[in-house]
Amino acid sequence: MKDIFVSPGSEVNYEIAKKTTASFFIHALLILVSLTCLFPLWWAFASSLKTQQTVFTDLSFFPKHPHWENYAAAWTQADFGLYFLNSLIYTTAVVAGVLFIASLGAYAFSRLRFPGKNILFLVIISTMMIPIPGSFIALYVLLNKLHLINTRLGYILPQINGQLALGIFLLKTFFDDLPKELEDSARMDGCGRFRIYWNIALPLARPAIAVLAIFTILAVWNEYLLAMLVLGDKSLMPLQRGLMVFQGAHVTQYPLLMAGIVITVLPVLAVYLALQKYIIKGITTAAVQG
Amino acid sequence: MSYFKARKIIGDTIFILPAFLLFFTFSLYPFFKVFELSATDWDGISRSVQWVGLANFKDLLTENPTFWLSMRNAFYITFLALTAQNLAALFLAWLCDRDIKGGNVYRVIFYLPPVLSGIVVGLIWNWIYDGNYGLLNHFLSFIGLGDLSRAWLSNRKTALTAVAVIHMWKGFGWGFVILLAGLQSIPRELYEAARVDGANGWVVFKNITAPLMIPVFILVSILTILGTMQIFDIIIATTGGGPGYHTEVPITRIVSTMIASSQFGYACAMGVLFGLILLALSMIQIQVSKRVRQV
Repeated sequence: MKDIFVSPGSEVNYEIAKKTTASFFIHALLILVSLTCLFPLWWAFASSLKTQQTVFTDLSFFPKHPHWENYAAAWTQADFGLYFLNSLIYTTAVVAGVLFIASLGAYAFSRLRFPGKNILFLVIISTMMIPIPGSFIALYVLLNKLHLINTRLGYILPQINGQLALGIFLLKTFFDDLPKELEDSARMDGCGRFRIYWNIALPLARPAIAVLAIFTILAVWNEYLLAMLVLGDKSLMPLQRGLMVFQGAHVTQYPLLMAGIVITVLPVLAVYLALQKYIIKGITTAAVQG
Repeated sequence: MSYFKARKIIGDTIFILPAFLLFFTFSLYPFFKVFELSATDWDGISRSVQWVGLANFKDLLTENPTFWLSMRNAFYITFLALTAQNLAALFLAWLCDRDIKGGNVYRVIFYLPPVLSGIVVGLIWNWIYDGNYGLLNHFLSFIGLGDLSRAWLSNRKTALTAVAVIHMWKGFGWGFVILLAGLQSIPRELYEAARVDGANGWVVFKNITAPLMIPVFILVSILTILGTMQIFDIIIATTGGGPGYHTEVPITRIVSTMIASSQFGYACAMGVLFGLILLALSMIQIQVSKRVRQV
């Protein structure tokens, strides 16, 4: 390496200088864009620790006297604790339902035989491609008929269905690539098909299941439209709906609203940071395959 | 068919049964029901349902300027997302498609806004755009451009663009991740060969990168169009469609036709027409890209 620096102004030295300058500007730009991504979130957090009096005048990035008690107030008085619990219930229920039902279905499409298999697969997958922006109206009508409006079940079932196409597609592709020998030898040993699915195929599919679980968690935690249509009772509302209700009723209580936003975002942030490699992998494989 | 074979098929079918029941009830049935309701004047409650044929569609096409205004607004936001947002995403992806330190950190940060909900993003940006206390106005007066301050989201001239900016802020990281994955799948040898031949950056991009990236470009464009045309959460959390109808989009129109004016049949017709337009847009997009690839 040393000989590079022997003669200042040489060709090689010039190349290095050029590269260093380029890399400096590249990083400067990327850091600037990163800051625009992070700043609004940080600002919401900083504001959640100010008071109603100081929130518009105190422009510090972190308040000198942080009012952590805003979070207690948001959790109890502003009902964000209740909404949080609801969001947790909905997300858990939908994720469990999607993982079980989609993996059963994907396994059937990949390994088993039943009448109408190919047509059904095509129809289910095509719902991922064909946009039907009005179908929530008919869904509302249907839920009304089934007496599922304003019930937890009425919010959970359509969302399980909403993730099925993606789930079946992801998991079927994964099962198709798995070697069949393990399952064949289990069958020789007299294992039934459910035990083979449950004990052998499902554990092997863990990476694909992780991807599906994360996308389902994000979709359910962030869902708004269906919650607006289906859930009228405050006691049933998830966080996104609760935020809008709070904003509608107390438009000026900024610190509490911002505390509610932080309460809503934190779990997403934790899941995202912990599992981001699966998320990135999930989007990119979909992109490169599609 | 033997008894055992029949038993096997029934056993296999049970695996698909839960998925099939859910799919049939919550996807297929609503899909066909929308078409059926779109030909009625149903108000959502009463038992009397009048069959009106294509009257809803006729009214929609000829006597509903608000719907077409909402469509135009969505097109405007989509145009900005297709150009500004995706070009920014491509440029950033191109910058990151090399040996740079912390490449993964940038990717994690850029993909942060896309994992947030439209409601959260909208509520935070409400404050940035606020006329009295907004950060944007603070910033403008700080750099001496205080004259430009205004209530960005309730000003007729700026509201739609302001909403589009929120949408692009939330979305560019998604395009970035896909485009970067596409760029990284291009074999490095191709670049080296071109460099040996003395090709400069732009020539390399035009003759090697762009042609190989066409499938990824198509995917990103179609998903941008479908996603942006159906924008809803951000609008609800910021302007609610106002001022006037200046930020109304098709989904907000469908929702208020359904809930506020109880015109379920008419709202279904809007949904059907809007769905057909989206389908046509993606078809056109695919055809155009095929042409480009052949040239």
